Amino acid sequence: MAKNEIKYLTAIKQEKPKKKYCRFKKYGIKYVDYKDIEFLKRFLNEQGKMLPRRLSGNSLKYQRKVSDAIKKARQMALLPYVTDLLK
Amino acid sequence: MNNYELMVIFTPILSEDEFKNAQKKYSELITENAGTVVHSNPWGLKSLAYPIDKKTTGIYWVIEFTADATFNEKLKIALLRDEQVMRHMITKLDKYAVEYNAVKKSGVGFNTQKQEA
Repeated sequence: MAKNEIKYLTAIKQEKPKKKYCRFKKYGIKYVDYKDIEFLKRFLNEQGKMLPRRLSGNSLKYQRKVSDAIKKARQMALLPYVTDLLK
Repeated sequence: MNNYELMVIFTPILSEDEFKNAQKKYSELITENAGTVVHSNPWGLKSLAYPIDKKTTGIYWVIEFTADATFNEKLKIALLRDEQVMRHMITKLDKYAVEYNAVKKSGVGFNTQKQEA
């Protein structure tokens, strides 16, 4: 047996996925501004599509506000409807 | 008297002074109809995320104002009639939005709180 191969009695605890939190509740942000595209880009993937709640970790109330803001930004050509490399 | 925010995209071929008196025209339209202009914020020439009627750049202008509900109809008609305006959007601001704009205007570092979010 190689010297450095250590046998553990108990299984190593796998890295638990990071507990997702709703950033709007945590930081007390009440209004999602459709003009603040840097902030909105965090909720879009590369193709410019909206991230679902399970990935963005938002609560339902704020996910709707974010989606409204993104749709407004798309309407005013601040965000593209579809693109290939957004980031 | 509700709070509204109007964002307008003008055609990029607009010269500086045309852009100025277009702003003045709409601001006067607001103040004529018993509205008050809270904050006018011209962004100037910006490239669009996708071409709007064959143009890839536009002149943005954001204005925050308070007016009574019936005024929006007049504003919409005026905007649709003006062919310098490529696209416009009027949004109603709730109390959080008004507070957000006030904080943003006063330049206190509200965004920094979001940056690390």
